[in-house]
Order: sequence, then C-alpha cells, then structure tokens
Amino acid sequence: MADVRASMAGNVWKINVKPGDVVDEGQDVVILESMKMEIPIVAEDNGTVKEVKVAEGDFVNEGDIIAVIE
Amino acid sequence: MTSIDDLKSRVNKIEQGGQEKYHEKNKEKGKLFVRKRLALLFDNGIDIEDAFFANCIDDSLPSDGVVTGIGEINGQKVCVMANDSTVKAGSWGKRTVEKILRIQETADKLELPMIYLVDSAGARITDQIEMFPGRRGAGRIFHNQIKLSGRVPQICLLFGPSAAGGAYIPAFCDIVVMVDGNASMYLGSPRMAEKVIGEKVTLEEMGGARMHTAVSGVGDVLVKTEEEAIQYAKRYLRYFPANFRSRPSLADGREVKPFEKSISEIIPENQNAAFNMYDLIDRIIDEDSFCEIKKKFAAELITGLALIDGRSIGIIANQPRVKGGVLFTDSADKAAKFIQLCDAFNIPLLFLTDVPGFMIGTKVEREGIIRHGAKMLSSMSEATVPKISVIVRKAYGAGLYAMAGPAFDPDCVLAFPNAQIAVMGPEAAINAVHANKIAALPEEERAAYIKEKQDEYRREIDIYRLASEMVVDAIINPDDLRKELITRFAIYEDRNIIFTERKHGVYPV
Repeated sequence: MADVRASMAGNVWKINVKPGDVVDEGQDVVILESMKMEIPIVAEDNGTVKEVKVAEGDFVNEGDIIAVIE
Repeated sequence: MTSIDDLKSRVNKIEQGGQEKYHEKNKEKGKLFVRKRLALLFDNGIDIEDAFFANCIDDSLPSDGVVTGIGEINGQKVCVMANDSTVKAGSWGKRTVEKILRIQETADKLELPMIYLVDSAGARITDQIEMFPGRRGAGRIFHNQIKLSGRVPQICLLFGPSAAGGAYIPAFCDIVVMVDGNASMYLGSPRMAEKVIGEKVTLEEMGGARMHTAVSGVGDVLVKTEEEAIQYAKRYLRYFPANFRSRPSLADGREVKPFEKSISEIIPENQNAAFNMYDLIDRIIDEDSFCEIKKKFAAELITGLALIDGRSIGIIANQPRVKGGVLFTDSADKAAKFIQLCDAFNIPLLFLTDVPGFMIGTKVEREGIIRHGAKMLSSMSEATVPKISVIVRKAYGAGLYAMAGPAFDPDCVLAFPNAQIAVMGPEAAINAVHANKIAALPEEERAAYIKEKQDEYRREIDIYRLASEMVVDAIINPDDLRKELITRFAIYEDRNIIFTERKHGVYPV
C-alpha cells in the first residue's frame, strides 16, 4: 500500500482517478494548482486506487495524503 | 628462503587483504575486494602503490587497511585511496590516516583528480591518540580535501559505511556515488542514537543510500551495484579536465537523438501547463550524453553534464513537471553546488529557464528560502565560465535572476517566441495590483475585467517589447536552439574574466 502525497502546498485542481481505478507508476493521480502552475502528482507505484482523500478545491499542505494506492 | 622469495611471499600475503571470513561476508553483501574494485576502476591496473608495507610488522593489518596509489582512467592519471573492509572493517589507524594524507598531498602536487573508494567503520578507538587529534590526525584529511576542492576533481564512491568523522570524506567531495543497500553515511550509528537521544531507527532510514540521494542531498547518485558505481565515475570524469588549469577535452560530437516531435511542437503554449524539461534537453544534446547529478533530490531543478557537439557543458534546468519548476531551498542549494563544480573546472553553463519564481509561504520562509536562494545567486553570479541563458517559457521574479538573468553577466540571453519575463505572471500581477478594484466590481463583471487587465499585462511584457529594449539578446526559433548553442559556446570559449579582486566573498550559507 502506498500513499500519494502532495509534493507542495496548493489547491486540488483536478482529480484524475476514482477508487477502483488501476494506475501505473508515473501516472498523474491529481493535479494541484499552486504558484499559478499546474502541479501533477503522480503514483509512485503500480496499483489500484483504494481511496481518494481530497476533493477538487481543497487546500493541501506539502506531505498531505491525497490518495491511497494498493 | 632467499630475500627475494621472502619479499614475494610477504607481497603475496599482504595482497590477499584480511581474513577469509571477512572476504566471504563481503561477497554475501555483493561487495568486491578492494583490489578487484581498483582493477575495474583503472584502465590497466594500479601503476604505483606506496606504503603497501604500512604496518607490515603486524600480520593482522595488511597495508593498514587502505590501498593508495596512482593509475589511469580514460587515459588520465588519477590518485586513489581505497579502504579495505576485510581489514578491521576498513577502520583507520595511524598509518591508514598517514597514507591517505600522503596520496592527497601527491594529488595536490601533481594536480591530479583524487578518488576516494570508501568502505570504512571509522576510527580505531584503540589508536585514537595516534590518529585522531594531532597535526597529522584524521582532521588533516578533511583539511587537505578542502584545500584540494576546486583544484582537482574529487570523487567519492561509497561502497559501505562512512561513519562519524569519516562521513566528512564524502561531504567534501564534488560528487558522492552510493551503492543501494550497502552504502551509508551517519554521524552517530542507530545504536548510538538509541543510547544518546532515545531514537529508534534503522540504518537504512537514518543514513542509507536512498535517503541521502533523495532527501538529505549529501549523496548525489544512487546505483545498484559496485560495478555501476565504478562505471559512473569513469563516465563522469570524461566531462572534466585533470585540474582547474585546463579545460575539458573535446569529445567526438554526436548527432542529437532523433524524435518525432520537434522542440516547437512539445512546448505547451499555456504557461501554466506542466511540461517535461527532459524532452527539451534530449533534443539539444548529443545522443546519450546526459550525465545527471542529484536526479532524485530536488527534482524540480535538473542538473547534469552533457556534450553538445562534443563540448562538455553543465545544464541547469527548471522542471515544470515537478512542483511546477518552482525553486525551493533544496533546489537552490543543488544549483549552487553544481554551478561551483562546473565553474571550478572550466565547464560552460547552460541555463534552461521555465520558472514561476521561488516558493512562497510560511514553511519556506522558516527554512530560510531567502538565504538559500542567495547561495544560488552567489554561485551563478561568480561563475566566470561561459554562461548562456535560454528563456524557454517563463522567467518570473527572482527566478529570472537565479537562472542567469541579464544582470548577472551571461554571455547572452536567448528567448523563445512565447517567453515571458516579468516580476510575476499575469494572474498574480492583476490580483495584486487591482485587488481593491476587483472586489468593488459586481460579481458578474469581474471575470471580464480580470481578463482585460491580464491581456493588457501580457502585451506589456511581450517578448518583442523586451527584445526592443535589448533585455534579451535574441529571439530564436526553438528548433534552431542546438545549432545556436553550438555556435555560441564555440565563440564564448575564450571568455577570460576575473570576477573581482578580494580574498573571498562572505557567502550567504
């Protein structure tokens, strides 16, 4: 099981996955908006999305868990 | 036995290193014997080895646990010290330290690169009075390293532990290559951490190769095997001259790797969209010539050596794909050291700029982002090698300055046609300047007003306007970038300047 964490502080702009989706390593899970930039947050391992812990528009801090992949 | 036979038998014995059981232990961990490592490192074996007989009156300490000598890599003579972890775990006694000091002093005299093959448990506590505190004690090793720094390349290949004081050997090298699973660096072992501060932690978590190459930044390159580490060192040295007096030699130029899409086709028009900077790097350098440093650490900034028509250059590039390419404390430090490395050894610098600025917010202010950013600016500003700055998309705020902006004496600033140079991007600027006005407008009018102001702002910072003001030296077709760089680096080659006269600056650290 691997946590996908925010690489920096920002707002959740777009969620690309839902629970049950199969993701590959390097795939964009969520895109944050920070410093006026789109910040893709990628899966670090292959797996299935177990849970998405944020909603579009949420503020996340660096290190916050965005999704859980197993 | 004749004296010759006696010599042969002694040499043979010493060459075997420590006891068989320690060789076996190393083998289980995928570790090679020190002499095997050296055989792989040198083109034709070690040419000269001194103090082979160090401590030979003690049977249990062959060569006192370290091999020092000179051999050739890529046809270039280099000095080497290599710990033998089959001898008291590669620990340092009085003669071990003296041997290391002497080979460093040889590297200094002959102005040859110095390579450290580290695999050592640290000081022999039983010998501490002889090897720790004095004038020729272990501290002198670091003193010598600091003196050698920038005079000759210093490389550390870390095959095993580098403990306590010993951990400063890697710290003072230009580059540290760590073997996953075996290499580690730490001031106090996990056992000591538990005893002294009550922390329970594994060696891997606290000082392992993955941690140091991704989190602390003390390590630069993570490799899987010792062979890979040695290959990396040989490859890395090709980009360097033997010392600060000379330039890297020109290699045979190679064509760029062929791609379906050209540079102009891969760069997104939308300044805010993510973009993978490696795709641009691959399209301007000689095929397979990128030798990346600190790949896993502060990945929002890419640093690495490359060849461009056979010429060795250092690339500093923002990576919009990671953290938007924003500069953080770690990325600023990473850039500062890389720029110093290239400048010390006459390797020209290429800045590929696509940066929204330095990170803002409480977290980074508490980390001292201003002082870390100042380090990057200092190194970049002081670098007297040829510097070319390319504005790929955006260069906002102090990001422009840090990436060798016009005020920092680059040889030229080139811009792509969609480049934007400004104190801040249109979205942030309009919010900042017209916040009160926007708030006062009825909700339904706001979007139109913001858009109008942003468009106005975009016209204001239009790249042709900046070219008209001669802020940028040229606006170029992205697909001509490689050709432009080859021509310009060849012309700037003889740039010969002294930054200023003084003892040294007072650096923001």
